[in-house]
Amino acid sequence: MAEFEPKIIGFCCNWCAYAGADLAGISRLQYPPNLRIIRVMCSGSVDPEHILQAFRMGADGVFIGGCHPGDCHYISGNYKTMRKVMLLKKLLPQLGLEPERLRLEWISAAEGARFAQVITEFTEQIKKLGPNPWKGAGR
Amino acid sequence: MSKLKLAIGLGSTCSGCDIAILDIAERVLELVDLADIVFWPTAMDFKLSDLEKFGEGEIDLALYHGTVRTSEQEHIAHLLREKSKAVLAFGSCACFGGIPGLCNLTSRDEIFRTVYKETPSTDNPDFVTPQTEVEVGKFKLTLPELYDEGKALTQVIDVDYFLPGCPPPVELIEKLIPVLRGMQAGELPPKGTVIASEKTVCDECPLRKENKMIDRVARVHEIIPDPERCLLEQGILCMGPATRGGCGARCTKALMPCRGCMGPPPGVKDQGARMISAIASILGVEEEGQMSEEEVARIIDGIKDPVGNFYRFTLPTALLNRKVR
Repeated sequence: MAEFEPKIIGFCCNWCAYAGADLAGISRLQYPPNLRIIRVMCSGSVDPEHILQAFRMGADGVFIGGCHPGDCHYISGNYKTMRKVMLLKKLLPQLGLEPERLRLEWISAAEGARFAQVITEFTEQIKKLGPNPWKGAGR
Repeated sequence: MSKLKLAIGLGSTCSGCDIAILDIAERVLELVDLADIVFWPTAMDFKLSDLEKFGEGEIDLALYHGTVRTSEQEHIAHLLREKSKAVLAFGSCACFGGIPGLCNLTSRDEIFRTVYKETPSTDNPDFVTPQTEVEVGKFKLTLPELYDEGKALTQVIDVDYFLPGCPPPVELIEKLIPVLRGMQAGELPPKGTVIASEKTVCDECPLRKENKMIDRVARVHEIIPDPERCLLEQGILCMGPATRGGCGARCTKALMPCRGCMGPPPGVKDQGARMISAIASILGVEEEGQMSEEEVARIIDGIKDPVGNFYRFTLPTALLNRKVR
């Protein structure tokens, strides 16, 4: 059987993490192609509904990239993101999903190398966890 | 004008919905003036055959309360749909899955093991469990099948109207009377109508909202709340901001937090996700720049049971609607 290739949905904020991903690309840094990036204006605009919907539709992992604390373009969106993710990480195990499938990282526009490294790590971690148990079970 | 035909069927229910119908007191007389009750097993000795004898669409309005959890309940739901012009999901269980819907956190096997084997007072060495069919001499006895999952009525049949609440408040049930009167004149409300408010519980709640932020999560028995102020601001998990109004905020008026029985507000699919958003925007946000992740985690640790708190009435219709294994 072919090796399990996870699908990871990534919500990246326009000002930091998305620019960081851009820099990783411009710098020709290699990282696994499992991440599907969705650009959002702020990590704080990622509604928990979006994250749950991604898992429902079979995403094996969800990544959220935002600005470092204190650097949010909209002053405090990333603090709210942190709280949402922490609450979701408490909720997911009750529904049988590993909290490690959801990951929040602060990545600035200058951290292309870090972006590549975080995505490599996260992809490895999801590969170890295996497919999302919801896959095929959603109705 | 001819009298309407009204049927009231039930699934996994506590029958609080039946009592709520009677709570409209003397207006019940108006109800029976408008409609003949042709099926209501809780109140009178109706049999399934009483329902089966009707032709397709012969009943004008069917109310169904309770979660759909067994094959028999599913059968009743389908029968009501076939025999009725309109079906109304009555109460939180039929609308969103309700409290019995929390069964989705476990499975039939686990339940059977607990109930028929593991409880200390059970003596069942052969682990005999209910079967759907058993032969006793020349007779075949049957029982409905218990499903692994509890479902809201919408997940089983096409539903026309919704009247949420656990149980639905009297003021909303009374609104059924003009609806029935309209039906008599041949005017049906638009499909999908929810007989409740289009705003949240907070909109109806009289408690004062001052500074929308909390630095601790308290359970109801842990603090004596200030009777004038918003309960959520005092740290009590109140589902008001993520719950449809129409109930008149009867719980918060009695200083008990909203439990979310009216379901998600219009436009929201997942009540729990909405509540997580609401809490994230007020929890430990004073001096949020200085607050470490550990401190935030400590406050969040006060929320002991997120599914139980945020999806108490809506788990079967949530985005992730059961525990996967």
